[in-house]
Amino acid sequence: MTKTKSVTALAAAALLSASFAVPGVAQTIRIGVNEPLTGPFAASGTYVVNGAKIAADEVNAKGGVLGKKIELVIEDNKSNPTEAAAVAEKLITNDKVPVMMGAWGSSLTLAVMPKLLEYKVPMLVETSSSGKITTSGNPYIFRISPPSSVEAHAFKDIFPKLHIKKVDFLVINNDWGRGAAEDFGKMLKANGVQVGNVETMDQAAQDMSAQLSKMKSSDSDTIMVTTAVEQLTLVLKQAAALGIKKQIVTTGGSQNPDQLIDQAGAAANGTYHLTTFAPWFADDTPDPAATKYFLGEWKKRGFHFAGATESFRGYDGIRTIVRAIEKAGKAEPAAIKDGMWKVDFSGLNGKIKFEKQGPAGRESGQSFPNVYLIKIDGGKISLPKL
Amino acid sequence: MTEFLQHIVNMLILGSTYALLGIGLTLIFGIMRVVNFAHGELYSFGAYFVYFAAILLGFNFFVSILIAIVAGCLLGALIEFVLLRPMRGADIDTTMLIMIGAMIVMQNGEQYIWGGVAKSVNTPFPQAPLVIGSVSVSWLSVFVFCASLALIAASYLLINKTKLGKAMRATFQDRDTASLMGVNIQMIYMATFALGSALAAAAGALLGPVYVISPQMGNLASLKAFAIVILGGLGSIGGATIGGFMLAFAEEMGAGYISSGYRDAMGFLIIIAVLLFKPTGLFARAERIG
Repeated sequence: MTKTKSVTALAAAALLSASFAVPGVAQTIRIGVNEPLTGPFAASGTYVVNGAKIAADEVNAKGGVLGKKIELVIEDNKSNPTEAAAVAEKLITNDKVPVMMGAWGSSLTLAVMPKLLEYKVPMLVETSSSGKITTSGNPYIFRISPPSSVEAHAFKDIFPKLHIKKVDFLVINNDWGRGAAEDFGKMLKANGVQVGNVETMDQAAQDMSAQLSKMKSSDSDTIMVTTAVEQLTLVLKQAAALGIKKQIVTTGGSQNPDQLIDQAGAAANGTYHLTTFAPWFADDTPDPAATKYFLGEWKKRGFHFAGATESFRGYDGIRTIVRAIEKAGKAEPAAIKDGMWKVDFSGLNGKIKFEKQGPAGRESGQSFPNVYLIKIDGGKISLPKL
Repeated sequence: MTEFLQHIVNMLILGSTYALLGIGLTLIFGIMRVVNFAHGELYSFGAYFVYFAAILLGFNFFVSILIAIVAGCLLGALIEFVLLRPMRGADIDTTMLIMIGAMIVMQNGEQYIWGGVAKSVNTPFPQAPLVIGSVSVSWLSVFVFCASLALIAASYLLINKTKLGKAMRATFQDRDTASLMGVNIQMIYMATFALGSALAAAAGALLGPVYVISPQMGNLASLKAFAIVILGGLGSIGGATIGGFMLAFAEEMGAGYISSGYRDAMGFLIIIAVLLFKPTGLFARAERIG
């Protein structure tokens, strides 16, 4: 009995000293990173984190910010909204980060948002595209990825050239997918395109044959798909297996086209993808020098080129946060939040400058990046001149 | 009509792999009274083993599947020997907790070894699908369907036509009497768990290349396997086979004609109905839970 007690006491002491050891004296400026490193979105989240590390190393090599090095505190939200909220709380209360980046998916980000209000810590949203994120009145949200409505708006000038008359939607069953179906559907209807089936797929689903079989026999000419690369690979393979000859257009910017070519093979041929970064055409990007630096680092670290279309968001996200800290003059949440509004620089996919969105007095920040349409043909990516 | 035929073909392919999953689980429960929560992990073990053998070691695709099935069988025997044998005679809740622990360890082990990012396996099959009239299906799926049916038939023959199968059935009916008649119960238990595990690994080895391979893939597989066993009745191979096809039918038709948002709910609605009206499952011969 006494032995058990002394062991317990020892364990408690070890735990206590460990928790004292964590915060330390602030020699570095900590930035929380809340991304899915396991679960259905693991590939995408890992890419974003690797991009973020490139930015952090670049900033630190140049002497850091405010005379201090930055340190990324990276946590896995397991592709699960409940975990995402818990991770945010842990980063804020335990690691004392004054600012965060996250949380990849819309449902993940939406789950984190109440924590931002509770602790008054700003978060840079690098990937999520649900409209709700910036319109619900959360002044701690600053987003650099385009919401579905912006993607849909950009698509307005493109779709007539794809000769779309009637479209079916196949979207991931969460805030991201349903939001995309709604925003694109609204835009297309307003421009005289008929909307047929709107089918959903669970985020962990691996068999979409039932949904696709339904679309095979519908009278639409185009299927619009919104999901991340793993599920998208399966959708393209299964569509090819079912002999679907319709035009496929994907949205959401997490398609990683090179990974699709690699894993879906011929099934990816002839598909169109809306993306926000075109690393294949570095000279056509807004800041060719920065794009080339980033791609060079990405390659040097031995990462697969396919990840670049996703990881650039982590890179730009951290660069945006660092600029906000610089403008703030101190690493405190309230000052960084004000600093975000003063950020104005050229990211890899266009100008990053936040505009106000949402109800007056509680606006979120939204930046408006470029949107490109690319095509996969014969295992190669092209930027069709439409 | 075209759409309906396509749904039927999809259902047959999905159903054959569901049946394979269900049979393994139902054998283990029927004979050993062990609720095997680690069943889905043997499924993902099989899938990862194919990736390991085919991509990393460079074996032929078909050889890799065979190796994965044998590896699943050996792992099953090991689990039985290390975790379950010392617990013989313990009540069902205790072994259930042990298997939940095994599941967590195995899933985290996979994540540790392979990382969280999904893997995919290329197959020697042509990408162009097989087209018959208006119905279209990939060659890989045709292979999976045939292989599953062959494995189901082999399990059926093993249980019903061999001496080992007879001893298994005797143990299933009455453990003590079988033991008195000279059946080596320890050996039967190990063989049963190894066989069930091999079937789960086979399902994973066949489906891994069709989909993508991730550490969490076993969760959904476990859930479906339990559903199939409840549908078909515990301990019945025929029941598990029909249960597998029924679940696939409900999912495929539910998603095709009602709503894809509730695809997974369709199967479970049927299960609730079965539990309400025939709680022993559709094909169980008698009440078997003690």
